[in-house]
Amino acid sequence: MSNWIDIAALDDIPPRGARVVKTRLGCVAIFRTIDDQVFAIDDACPHKKGPLSEGIVHGNAVTCPLHNWVIDLETGMAKGADKGRVNTYEIRVENGRILLDGSRLLARSVA
Amino acid sequence: MSQKLVVIGAGMASGKMLEELFELDASAYDVTLFGAEPRGNYNRIMLSPVLSGEKAYEDIITHDANWYRGHGVNCRFNEAVIKIDRKQKRVISAGGVTNYDKLVIATGSASFFIPVEGNDLPGVIRFRDLDDVEAMLVAAKKPAGKVVIIGGGLLGLEAAAALNEQGMKVTVLHLMGHLMERQLDSAAGYLLQKELESRGIRIICNAHTNAIVGGDKVEAVLLDDQSTHLADIVVMAAGIRPEVRLGIESGLHTERGIVVDDTMQTSDPDILAVGECVEHDDTVYGLVAPLYDMAKVLARTLLGEAAAFKAPEVSTKLKVTGVDLFSVGDFGEDHEEIVFRDPGLGVYKRITLNNNRIVGLVMYGDTSDSSWFFDKLKSAEDISDIRGALIYGSAAQGIDPLTAVAAMPETAEICGCNGVCKGTIVAAINGGATDLAAIKAVTKASASCGSCTGLVEQVLAATLGDDFVAPAAAGICGCTDLTHEDIRQIIKSRGLKSMPAAMQEMGWKTSCGCHVCRPALNYYMIAEYPLDYADDLQSRFVNERNHANIQKDGTYSVMPRMWGGMTTPDELRAIADAADKYNVPAVHVTGGQRIDLLGVKREDLPAMWADLNAAGMVSGHAYSKGVRTVKTCVGTDFCRFGTQDSTGLGITLEKILWGSWTPHKVKLGVSGCPRNCAEATCKDVGIICVDSGYEVSVAGAAGMELKQTVALAKASTEQEVIDLTVAFIQLYRESAAYLDRPYKWVAKVGIAWVIEQVVDDAVNRAALCERFEISQSVYRKDPWAEQAKPEYQPRKWAALADLTLEAAQ
Ligand code: SRM
Ligand SMILES: Cc1cc2nc3c(=O)[nH]c(=O)nc-3n(C[C@H](O)[C@H](O)[C@H](O)COP(=O)(O)OP(=O)(O)OC[C@H]3O[C@@H](n4cnc5c(N)ncnc54)[C@H](O)[C@@H]3O)c2cc1C
Ligand code: SF4
Ligand code: FES
Repeated sequence: MSNWIDIAALDDIPPRGARVVKTRLGCVAIFRTIDDQVFAIDDACPHKKGPLSEGIVHGNAVTCPLHNWVIDLETGMAKGADKGRVNTYEIRVENGRILLDGSRLLARSVA
Repeated sequence: MSQKLVVIGAGMASGKMLEELFELDASAYDVTLFGAEPRGNYNRIMLSPVLSGEKAYEDIITHDANWYRGHGVNCRFNEAVIKIDRKQKRVISAGGVTNYDKLVIATGSASFFIPVEGNDLPGVIRFRDLDDVEAMLVAAKKPAGKVVIIGGGLLGLEAAAALNEQGMKVTVLHLMGHLMERQLDSAAGYLLQKELESRGIRIICNAHTNAIVGGDKVEAVLLDDQSTHLADIVVMAAGIRPEVRLGIESGLHTERGIVVDDTMQTSDPDILAVGECVEHDDTVYGLVAPLYDMAKVLARTLLGEAAAFKAPEVSTKLKVTGVDLFSVGDFGEDHEEIVFRDPGLGVYKRITLNNNRIVGLVMYGDTSDSSWFFDKLKSAEDISDIRGALIYGSAAQGIDPLTAVAAMPETAEICGCNGVCKGTIVAAINGGATDLAAIKAVTKASASCGSCTGLVEQVLAATLGDDFVAPAAAGICGCTDLTHEDIRQIIKSRGLKSMPAAMQEMGWKTSCGCHVCRPALNYYMIAEYPLDYADDLQSRFVNERNHANIQKDGTYSVMPRMWGGMTTPDELRAIADAADKYNVPAVHVTGGQRIDLLGVKREDLPAMWADLNAAGMVSGHAYSKGVRTVKTCVGTDFCRFGTQDSTGLGITLEKILWGSWTPHKVKLGVSGCPRNCAEATCKDVGIICVDSGYEVSVAGAAGMELKQTVALAKASTEQEVIDLTVAFIQLYRESAAYLDRPYKWVAKVGIAWVIEQVVDDAVNRAALCERFEISQSVYRKDPWAEQAKPEYQPRKWAALADLTLEAAQ
């Protein structure tokens, strides 16, 4: 069952940029692409945990700031020759607000 | 006996619905048609050509008096329905009470008036019906009339183009970063803006309207940035809202629109609704194609036939003469994209694909194949087999590119920039120019924007056959075939001042570049247009975006400037205090004569900077492709061998140079005597003080390669040293490839050329210094102070949200 949580306004994230949401499972990076799509993935690169939210966003991908792995925002998969994957989360925009599906993020985090 | 059907709203949807109804069964209903406008149904979308003068109102009438009479429609135009009385099944209008068996609400939309002071002044006009058009045309009659249009979407731009045709001075204020952002990406938005601007229309994006000002009528629009835009009329084209008042007041289920099911029935079985005023499946519509589908369904529902509305794909075109633009679909789920740009012709096409199916399409400049693509999108056809040539459209299908090129006539133009046709290239090849470089030199083909390089190579391959050797790609990344040198040259010659402009005009193969090309483009435009180009933070590597060096665990290092390597007890105390306060795990004395605080948490950065700022310190830019440090020795102040004030000169230089962005990092050293304790001879610029003055040398390094500096010039005064240094750095800024350190750049251009530019030509030296100073008027600022401001906190440094406290459900 989804549990849509209103996170912020779309405009709180710059186009081709990202901001993070803190969760008890660690930071989730929320990306906004140049054409205003949003994606949510874990903020830790599959290579050596680089903060993906600080990478350069191009198309539907982000380049990790530490060693330039390129991660597909939709699938969470590393692109090109690199192998690895980060978790992705359901997210959508409605009336200019960003809604994140908290079902996995909250459910697994019961203290 | 026929039933009584009352229709509220004589617009495009109800007109279509009545046509369908009468065609299916002309006698089922007695129809009464209310319309608030003093006229019957007409083709509202053609109001734009009426406004521009291309059409007259008579040309766009869809239903005339004869038609209504012939179908026995009781027309009640110029009479708005004020109330629906559902209990008694009747509607109330100025003319009295009218009973219905079935009621259709087709009230369309109302223009959205942005909520600012003065939005109700006389002269603020919406763009919705013929009365609005007539009001605008009255204003257009006045010579040199000025209009400000609020909203750069479909409606606003059609009004802009039309009123421009009518001779008005038009300004468009658009809230978002590019025009028609709902339908277009930034590349197409850029082309559209360029086209409209070339017609004399002023366009301001990111324009936040603050107020509309005037006395008894509008006089001007005021923006948040305090700029004022004079206006005889203001056209409000900032969006539309479904006209749902009757729905709400009569208690029908209404969200954004009046909610209908698949049969167009509202929450009351005797009331139906159609058009822009309805909401179906969480969606409201603003274009006619889906409304016509609704109208067909509604006619059947009224006759008791089964029919269901299914949301169609909706495409957009702009009805501005001379602008070819097409957009459709969802950019929401694309995996991949194919981009085609022809800068010479101003063409841009972008297809987005999901699972080998077209899901989105933007075309600008050439829309001839739009329906071919649109069909493939609607039918969800698998395009894997034709993917290679897909972007070239229907004509290219089944033809391999080489055959196509071979079949081209000799007169076909290959290079748009230089007007070179195929025959000329073939002649050059036959004359011995057998590679790209030779063809460039002989014919100039592909020598300007380079976007025809692929075509030229195909002509080569087709002409030479097996003798053709494909060259290795020279592009700086997968997004372009251009070299750094080409890119700099084109940015300069074409006056490119934004990312979308650069990518379109140079034929980028992706829609928004990548981590390799974007930082380079950003640098080149900063260097070329410091006053006009807005630094694009999203195109910067993390260190330069966050003004700190990222560490392997995601923390940062903070390094304040110590001018010329000098410090004071107070500065050292402030650094020590910051280290304590923010639990800095490591403090290191660097090789650049200053102190590095390592392992700082991201969220502590702004507060730590504010503390260091308070102690008079600024960013050391240890993270930048920019001026880093000026190392000095103690010189004449203390050293018994010192010949000149090396420390003072170093500090002066650092204060002039700091903050500037360069292709790669730049470090300086100033030593007080040839013993060279500041290691000046392995820096990008090294100055050795001697008895007779100063020796300035350049292009050294001590990193991955060890390079000793080479002599630039001798100088006798400090001012000369400063001018030589600044001019050298500016020349480097203006002509080096991004990420070439000065020693690499000098190796390419030759030290002789550098000396010619900087030393021998005094006029040029002064000009270089002046251009550097212009750039520094923008960039000689402490980025820490800027980003530590409280307003930056919520926008950048704080988390977007904190769910750690949120309860599980
Ligand atoms: C902090 C410092 C080491 C130290 O603790 O002393 C340092 C640290 C780094 N250096 Fe350095 N370099 C430091 C002095 C030097 C010096 C010595 C000097 O400046 O006199 C050199 C050799 C001189 C030179 O530049 O030619 C030096 C040659 C390099 C190079 C090789 C450059 C080259 O052209 O070959 C790199 C790699 C690069 O820039 O691409 C590099 C890159 C780096 C980076 C930025 C690596 C990175 O991208 O993360 C390191 C950042 C660490 C951090 O988080 O702060 N560092 N680095 C020194 C800071 C100086 C300062 O005050 O700003
Ligand atoms: C300038 C312009 C250009 C456009 N260009 C395009 C285009 O290129 N392509 C495209 O697909 N779409 C275009 N549109 C949009 C298109 O015109 C609308 O989608 C369409 O007209 C909506 O049809 P409708 O019947 O729902 O509403 P309308 O056509 O707006 O009709 C509603 C009618 O109801 C009347 N009304 C409202 N309340 C009452 C009441 N209480 N009592 C009586 N009458 C009432 C209104 O006065 C109006 O006449 C354009 C619109 C404009 C204004
Ligand atoms: S020498 Fe290498 S490891 Fe040491 S600071 Fe410089 S870049 Fe980092
Ligand atoms: S941690 Fe992301 S590329 Fe190494």
